[in-house]
Parts: sequence; structure tokens; C-alpha cells
Amino acid sequence: MSPRPLRLTRLHVFAALFVLLGLALLWWAPGAFEADTISRLNFGLGRDAPGWGAPTRLTLQVIGGLYLASGLLALVNRWPRVSLAALVLSGLLIFPAVLIGAAAGKQTNVLTMLAESLRLATPIVIGATAGIWAERTGIINIAIEGMMLAGACFGFTSLFFLEPIMPGATNLVLLISVLVAVVFGGLMALLHAWLSIRFNVNQVVSGTVINILAIGLTSFVRREWLLSTRAGRITLPNIAIPGLVDIPVIGDVLFNNKPIFYMMFVLLILTHVILFYTPFGLRMRAVGEHPEAADTVGVNVFFMRYLNTTISGMIAGLGGAWFSLETVGGFDDVMTGGRGFIALAAMIFGKWTPFGAFGGGLLFGFADALGTRFQILNVPVPPQWLQMLPFLTTMVVLAGLVGRATAPAAEGIPYEKQ
Amino acid sequence: MAEPAATPAAEPVLEVIGITKRFPGVLANNDIHFTLTRGQIHCMLGENGAGKTTLMNIIYGLYQPDAGEIRMNGRPVMIHSANDAIRLGIGMVHQHFMLVPQLTVTENIILGNEVTQGPFLDRRKAAAQILALSERFGLEIDPEARVGELPVGARQRVEIVKALYRQASILILDEPTAVLTPQEAEDLFKVMHALVEQGVSIVFITHKLKEVLAVADQITVLRNGEVAGVVAPEEASEASLAALMVGRAVILQVEKAAAHPGEPVLSVEELRVTDERGHTAVNGISFEARAGEILGVAGVQGNGQTELVRAITGLMHPLSGRILIAGQDVSTATPRQITELGVAHIPEDREADGLVKPYPVVDNIILNSYYRPPFARGIVMNEAEAVKQATEVVERFDVRTPSIYAEVGTLSGGNKQKIIAGREFSRPIKLLVAAQPTRGLDVGSIEFIHKQIVAQRDQGVAVLLVSAELDEIMALSDRIAVMYRGQIIDVLPAAQADRETLGLLMAGVHPAQD
Repeated sequence: MSPRPLRLTRLHVFAALFVLLGLALLWWAPGAFEADTISRLNFGLGRDAPGWGAPTRLTLQVIGGLYLASGLLALVNRWPRVSLAALVLSGLLIFPAVLIGAAAGKQTNVLTMLAESLRLATPIVIGATAGIWAERTGIINIAIEGMMLAGACFGFTSLFFLEPIMPGATNLVLLISVLVAVVFGGLMALLHAWLSIRFNVNQVVSGTVINILAIGLTSFVRREWLLSTRAGRITLPNIAIPGLVDIPVIGDVLFNNKPIFYMMFVLLILTHVILFYTPFGLRMRAVGEHPEAADTVGVNVFFMRYLNTTISGMIAGLGGAWFSLETVGGFDDVMTGGRGFIALAAMIFGKWTPFGAFGGGLLFGFADALGTRFQILNVPVPPQWLQMLPFLTTMVVLAGLVGRATAPAAEGIPYEKQ
Repeated sequence: MAEPAATPAAEPVLEVIGITKRFPGVLANNDIHFTLTRGQIHCMLGENGAGKTTLMNIIYGLYQPDAGEIRMNGRPVMIHSANDAIRLGIGMVHQHFMLVPQLTVTENIILGNEVTQGPFLDRRKAAAQILALSERFGLEIDPEARVGELPVGARQRVEIVKALYRQASILILDEPTAVLTPQEAEDLFKVMHALVEQGVSIVFITHKLKEVLAVADQITVLRNGEVAGVVAPEEASEASLAALMVGRAVILQVEKAAAHPGEPVLSVEELRVTDERGHTAVNGISFEARAGEILGVAGVQGNGQTELVRAITGLMHPLSGRILIAGQDVSTATPRQITELGVAHIPEDREADGLVKPYPVVDNIILNSYYRPPFARGIVMNEAEAVKQATEVVERFDVRTPSIYAEVGTLSGGNKQKIIAGREFSRPIKLLVAAQPTRGLDVGSIEFIHKQIVAQRDQGVAVLLVSAELDEIMALSDRIAVMYRGQIIDVLPAAQADRETLGLLMAGVHPAQD
């Protein structure tokens, strides 16, 4: 009998990486921190908020030990399921590890940080949801950024012009403005759909065109009409959800927020339910994977693609309103700052599923919040380095353990009827 | 327009009257008349390009005819879309399955016609309905399985259930056996009889003569877009059908003289090969193929033939053992080194491994020699030589193509295979490895390819012929090796091999050992 060939799987490679990471943490922690340094993590504001004083060095050593152990467990090459779970779990520990390392000898409020992550994740998650609607039906939408920008600009333009006309009815004006943002996002998407479905324009090219168009158009609108400073910095009001807001610790953080933040959760759940539990969602997925098959059973491929791309744009427009109407109360050139592209990354991270995309959005939101937090804590390491860590871990976890993301099979391919 | 005479005592459910369909440059269907009666299996026979699929696509509403009329149960109907066809009770199982691999069986079947409870899908109820159908017609399927993970035969059953779920009373099966193993085809025929007994009428499109005679109640033969004849199976023979199909007498029996085997060209010693997932596929095989003989490798697909061929042609490296070609060890050689030793390869999957489909005919013809003179001068291509070569091959191998610059992907299967054969045979070779060389081809092309293979043998080439078609193996081979579960279970001289013996060997039963 010939010897069984040695097969090095991805799991082994990453297990080895975890072992190295664990060793590095174990070696680095004693040198970097005194034994009696405490990282104080608070959960809430004020002096008597609940909190936990973690001994910095010991905690980091424990986490390093867990990395080492899970890596070794995977290298032993038995119990593949258990070791995979252990790798993923210890991989997630990078988040507390970074926070505890950064807060050495100081205190930091974990809860506000989480709330901030969620808030900053809002446009990314909404953008990712928008992406899911288009891409699940086979239309690549890299124009989320442009659609968001259009939504942000025209939503604010509406506020800018309506507010003087309708004094006193601020909330109504804001509501109308959000709707305007949604409509303009949808219009941009309709253009994208028209180019890529009617004229079979390469969808990446068409998306790029939309992005450039949005930048030019919104800058023009701003320079022509929005430069005067008479607009007050009005934003959407906070809405406290009765009952829920009184939950101790998390109530105020989660349930005393602005409307588009809430909409993020509504959209997530709606998208998930529609996509996986309704006939419409089944048709969406079929059109995105195998349009001919859908066509032969009487599903109108073109209609589905037009409709869903437009819905995608409308959702992106809502994401745009988050910038101008919910957060800033004004419009700046290119104020979306690439969040539309990050949203695409979050969508792919989540394998084209709503809750997966939510996880991706949270990760990016967390990284954003972490950056601010590091500056407050005055960490000696350049904050960019620490900010990279969550991304690095995610890459490792995704590439090494969870496996490859597969896009809808017919994505980007124009459907041509025989 | 003349009404076709209705068969007495049989109720016509579908009548096609004078259908004509023109495509740019081609008259795909010319004044076609065709009648399907209730509970009938009507075979639509014709070569590739005879217009069978066009006609069926017209009936299914995917194309609109330029002239003619379709009647159902005596009433004229307009079928503008697949939706119309489905509503009228016509179901079609396409040659290339119309299933979404990422969805489950249930989801695929209910797509477009969903079972709901309120606004939501009712998967449980749908699965129950599907199971009921599957039991009623003896079509075994698992509603929860993901279609992409099913074998081809099971996917076909899903397609049939999909049509039945839409209450199809007329079922069009477009070349259903092209992708099936002989056993799966047998199962399909049983299902077809079960369907007919329950009142379903079937149009069965094929170009395999044996199948036609085995299952048909009535046969319509198409040639060049016209009806060449309507015959009953009792009055027909394979030869008469082939003649109708091709328009001339076809020699179904391969004519070949006795072989004169010479020196061994290919020796395989204790070869072990693993498949892509790391399972042992070829498990300790030894054999020799001699110059001037055809060694047939028979076996049900998936018993290691694919991996054997890939190892010999250098596309996979063996785990252990040796492969010698003309005395040289090529166990670790690259495909190009092996090609240059004088090995020709007709690959099993011609679409994926044999041709570059978006390339023109001319580039495909020089694909194995483009880098050497006369086609290359240093780093520059010599276009004139390539054109000369391509023109000659197209001429000599009777490739029907609009021009040598036509995209290969647009040609029919037979013409694709002729291009591969033309490429491989237009240089001196010592060994020919032909895997499933006639799969999916029409009678005329099969005849041609078979002649070419025998001609190579007569020129002293050693031929390794791998085929799942027992008829092909028996018609061509001088010796027959039977593969079962990665091993060669026996090697017989062709004269001693009859269907029954081979069939038993293919199933792993060794008569001598019993």
C-alpha cells in the first residue's frame, strides 16, 4: 500500500497562524504591561455604572492561551468540527483583546462604544441590504455609493426648500425629505437598470457611470443652491420607544435613537423574510441564479430585475438620508465618503444574506468607533494599526474557516431571451 | 393546408399543422405536420440541426412560428410564451436542465407556481404534494435535497415532476437520454410507460435508434427541417430509420479488417490515481495497448475511467505506479511533453477540455501545435499556414462551418468533435486516447468518427477507447477491458465478448469466479 499523501488544508494553515498569534500575545503581554495594571470596562455612564476591572496582563495572556490552545487543537487533526468552532470563537476574542489592551490603566465605556458601532454601521448595513436586493436578482450594483449620495443631496435639498415654506411643520418636512431621498435613490437605480437591462451595458461600467454622475450632479446642486447658510442644522428627531427604553443598561442605548437607525432593523428583517420565505423572494433568487430556468416557468426576468434594482436604489437613498438628514443636517460634497463601497464589502462578507451583511456592517462600524476611542484613550501605538486588527482577524476567519463566498451565479450577465 | 388523417380510434391531443420557422440564413422548420394522440409516446427522430428542438420550442411558446397552426384537442391555440404552454398543459424537459442548482428540489418545482399560506411559502405542503406526485408516477425524489448536489438522473426526475406539478398532460422530453447512463435510461423508460398509462402523452426527442424502437408508439423523422417520414415502430428497423434520418443508407456496422497488433505502445503498471476529492479512483491497474489495435475500456461511468484517461494524458499525476508511452516513463510528464511523444487525446468533455469555445475554428485546429513551425516563426504567428491547415482539416473531416473564422462554440456537437479529431489526427501519432468519442453525436457523425478511429488503427496507431456505450465498445474494439470500481476486472478478446458477459462484468460479477 502506498502511504497516504499528506494534505495541508486551509484549516491547518490557519491553525498554525493562530498558534503563532497566541505565542506572540503570550510573549508580548508581560513586557508591555505591569502585573497590576487594570483595564476598567464600564457598562453605562456615571460613577456607579456597572463595570469590570480586568487585569490587563492576565486577561491578554488568557486570550493568548486560548488562541494557542485552539490552534493546537486544530493541528492535532481530530474532531474537525470542534476545532473549527474553537478557532472561530477564539478568533472573535480579538475584539475584547484590542479593547482591553487599549484601555490599560484607564477606563472606557464599552456600552457607548457598542452603541457608537451600531450607529456608524447604519449606512453600511442599509447599503449592504440595498446591494442584496439588486445582486440577488443578478444585477451588480456597485453604484450604491452614487445612489446614497443622490439620496443625501436631494433629501437635504428638499429640506432646504420646504422648511421656509412650511414653518412649524418640521417633522412633516423631514419625513417628506426622507421620501425624496428614497425616490432619488430609486431614480438613479432605474437609470442603472435601464442601461444594464435594456442596453446590456456592462454592469460595472454602468455602476461606475452612476457613481461619477452622482458626484458631479450633487456637487453642482450644492454649489448652485445649497451654499447659502440660512438653513438651520435640523436633523431627524430621536424617538424613544415606550417601554423598551426603560430596560436597564441597554434600553437607552438601543431604544432612544433616530428613525433611520430603527429602519435598519426593519429592513433587515423584511429583507430576510421576503428573500427566504415568500414566493417573491424565491423568484428573486431564481432570477439571480438561473434566469432561463425562471423564464421557462413564466417568471418575468426583466420585470424582476427592473423592480428589484429600483428597490435597491430606494433603500440606498434611505441610507443617503442617514448622512444628510439624520446625522449632519446639511450636505457636503461626497459626504458618503465611500460607505457605499464598504457596504458592498459588508454584503459580500455576509454572503449576500441580510444578517450576514449586518455582521459585516457591525464589524466596519466597530472599526470606525474603535478609531475614535483610541484617540480618546491616547494609545501610544498609531491607532491605524490597532484599527486594522479586527479586519485582519475577519480576513483570517473568513478566508480560512468560513470558506469562499459565492455570488449569485447569473450576476452581471445580461439575460437575453432566445 | 391539408389536414393530416387522424389515426382511427385515437384522439389527437396535439396537432401541428404546417409550421414554418425561418432563422437568418436557415429554414429551421418547413411546413411541418405532426399529430400526437392521447397516451402515446411519439418519437421525434432527427440528426442534430434537423429542426426537432426548434419545433418543440415553438410548441412550448419560446419561439413564434412564421406560418402554421397548433391545435390542442381539435381547437386552434396561440402559444406566445412558456406561460401559455403551461396553462394549456404542456410541460417540457429541456436538454439542458432548467433547474436552479442552488435551490432545493421543492423550491425548483414550485417556482413560478408557489404554494403559499398567506404571503409566505408553504414548503411543507408543497413537499407533501411533490411526494404524492413522485409516488403516483414512481419518480423517486427527495424534496429537501439541493438540486446542485443531485446526480443527473435525479435532476431529470425533478424536471419531470416539475412538469407534472403544473398538471402537464403533454410532456416534451428533449434528448432526455443524452446525459444518462444505460441504466438510468432504462429507469426513464419505465417512468415514461407509467406516465402514459395515466393518460399523459409524451413527445420523445432523440437521435438514438435503439431507444426509438424500444419505446415509441409512433415515429416522426425530421430531416433538414422537414418531415422525412412518419412510421410505426413495427414497420421500422434501425437501418431504415437511419436512412430516413440521414437521407442515404448508413452503415451502422463498423467495417474493419482483422487487427495486426505490434509492439506495446502504452504500458500501464500498477497505476493508482485519486480523484479530485482525494478518493482512490484507479486502484492498481496494469495493461498494455499495442500498435495497430483498439483496446476498448468498458464500464459504467464513474468507475475510474475518467481518472485513468487524465493520468495517461498528463492532466493528473498518479499516486503510484508507472505509465510508459513508447518506452518512456511519463508518470510525471506534462500534457505537452506527452502530446509531443505522439499522443492524441479526444477528451471526454469536449466542450470544456477539447476546445476553446470562443476561439474561431482556425485557432482551435492549431491549438496543439501553434507554438512550433510552420505555425510559429519565432514569437510571431504565421497566419497563412494556420489558414492553410484549417482549410485542409475542414475539407478532409467534412466540418460543416460557415467559415474557418466562425466561433467554435456556435457549431453542433458533431462538428466540434470533427474539429478535435481533425486537429489530433493531422500529425503523426503513436497512441490515440479517445474518451466517449461519440457521446451526444448524431448517426452521421458517429459513423464518420468511427471510420477515422479504425483508419488510425490501420495505420499502426495504438488506440485506447473509453466509452460507456457498450455498442460502441463492441463495434470498434479488438480487445475489451472492463473497469469496475477502479480496477480492470477482466480483459477479453472482442470475439469472445458478448453483451451479456460484458454486462455482468460491468456490474462487478465475474462469471469465472462464481
